[in-house]
Amino acid sequence: MRITSIARTDVSLQGGDLVRRHRLSTRLWHWISAATMVILLMSGLMIFNAHPRLYWGQYGANPDYAWLEIGSAGGQGFLRVGDRSVPTTGFLGQWTDHAGQPRSRAFPDWATIPSSYNLGLSRRWHLSFAWLFAVAFGVYALRSLMNGHLRRDLLPSEGELHPRHIWQDIRNHATLNFPKGIAALRYNILQKAAYLGVLGLLLPAMILSGMTMSPGLDAALPWLLDLFGGRQSARSIHFIAATLLVLFVVVHLSMVVLAGPFNEIRSMITGWFRLPEEKS
Amino acid sequence: MASLISRRGLLTGMALAAPALLVGCDRLGASPSFRDLVLSTGETLAYRTHRLFASNTLAREFDPSQLSPTFRTNGNTQPRSADYRAHQAEGFANWRLEVGGLVQAPRAYSLADLRSLPARTQITRHDCVEGWSAIGKWTGVPLRTILDTVRLRADARFIVFHCADDFGGKPYYESIDLVDAFHPQTILAYGMNDGNLAVGHGAPLRLRVERQLGYKQAKFVMGIEAVASLLPIAGGRGGFWEDDGSYDWYAGI
Repeated sequence: MRITSIARTDVSLQGGDLVRRHRLSTRLWHWISAATMVILLMSGLMIFNAHPRLYWGQYGANPDYAWLEIGSAGGQGFLRVGDRSVPTTGFLGQWTDHAGQPRSRAFPDWATIPSSYNLGLSRRWHLSFAWLFAVAFGVYALRSLMNGHLRRDLLPSEGELHPRHIWQDIRNHATLNFPKGIAALRYNILQKAAYLGVLGLLLPAMILSGMTMSPGLDAALPWLLDLFGGRQSARSIHFIAATLLVLFVVVHLSMVVLAGPFNEIRSMITGWFRLPEEKS
Repeated sequence: MASLISRRGLLTGMALAAPALLVGCDRLGASPSFRDLVLSTGETLAYRTHRLFASNTLAREFDPSQLSPTFRTNGNTQPRSADYRAHQAEGFANWRLEVGGLVQAPRAYSLADLRSLPARTQITRHDCVEGWSAIGKWTGVPLRTILDTVRLRADARFIVFHCADDFGGKPYYESIDLVDAFHPQTILAYGMNDGNLAVGHGAPLRLRVERQLGYKQAKFVMGIEAVASLLPIAGGRGGFWEDDGSYDWYAGI
């Protein structure tokens, strides 16, 4: 077994070698964002429970049309998007809490912080950890620009955007044919697209749409309202972007499990990654 | 070594960790020291940064075409006290706004007194802490006009609004700092959407402090008091919802 640094990938590395894969800044950001995103998601669902309706535009309240609503009617939970309504009794709108009590709130107790209805407390969790999240994201983004992480590891290299290459990568994913040997050191094009989409689009959208919901920040930064088309549009986009982030995390965790959870998690904690062996 | 974390083991571990996380967060949230040390950072940082970088910015004012077709009411919509009901029956003709506390010239204003002062009309967005928004047109006296008349003493730090309504016998009240108190859009509104302020919206007088959330917009205002500290008042946190639950005193976010 040989141990080497990622900086010297010109030496002939092969399957089984232990290499440095993730920088400290990447690892710190990964775990800070993982922990804060769980807190932000669960406290955010509790905040949503206070008014489980979404609107487009500058204003939106009960007398106005909501494009999305989670509610309960006649003891049955439902999720309505536009004109389409699906029954969701048991997990949305109408559910039974851990003490066996029936509840008619949007998101159930196992998905929210705190678990029983408390808007003030969930706001405190959300608005305190949002600072940690946004500051960590800012530091990581700046660091990634300076140390070449963005340019070298995240932006697509020449040739990777070729349709044939992308198609090949889709086939590799679909057949669970993961890169082996030294190729496993680099993010593949679908991975790059997912990370760039999250870092460049979803997270900035989350942070900015969250800020647009603040009446104080709307006064300080009026362009926020124009960027999203109003506070209620920003609230809807905040919810949609959160949903997409949850989807990303589901896919991300599935890929970690499929690619070998021990090696993947170790590399994100210690930085060291064992190159997968080529099958002979 | 790879067998130390199997796929099934990982999934089981995550399934077991989730309830532990929930119980842990509930316990932390219930701990007063965690609330004060960690969960108040959001409010503290927001208040400090907003005051440092944006203390005099104006809230957006909208076009009449952007008014909410229906402006819903919420909170108390009919104060129960006999005193208020008597004023209500008289059309607030004998109602007086008492302005006192740490001021050099305390005085009382009738509704007619307030209407005779230069008025400001603004079309602004009302944001409830729950998440909804409604746009309304408010007409009233800038709070600054009143404060300039009664002249604050040097030790005044906050302006407290005492209200006629109550929840379970506890009177509603709210408070703001002097930056918001002297802000040009902070008005004592007696008119809404070109009519008189309705009882459901806080007649005869409601505070509009446009860069903060709905629970700061005190309705049924009976008295205004300048104070040096919020601690001696009611629960000491500067407002009914602040005392009752865990709503932040600074509601600019």
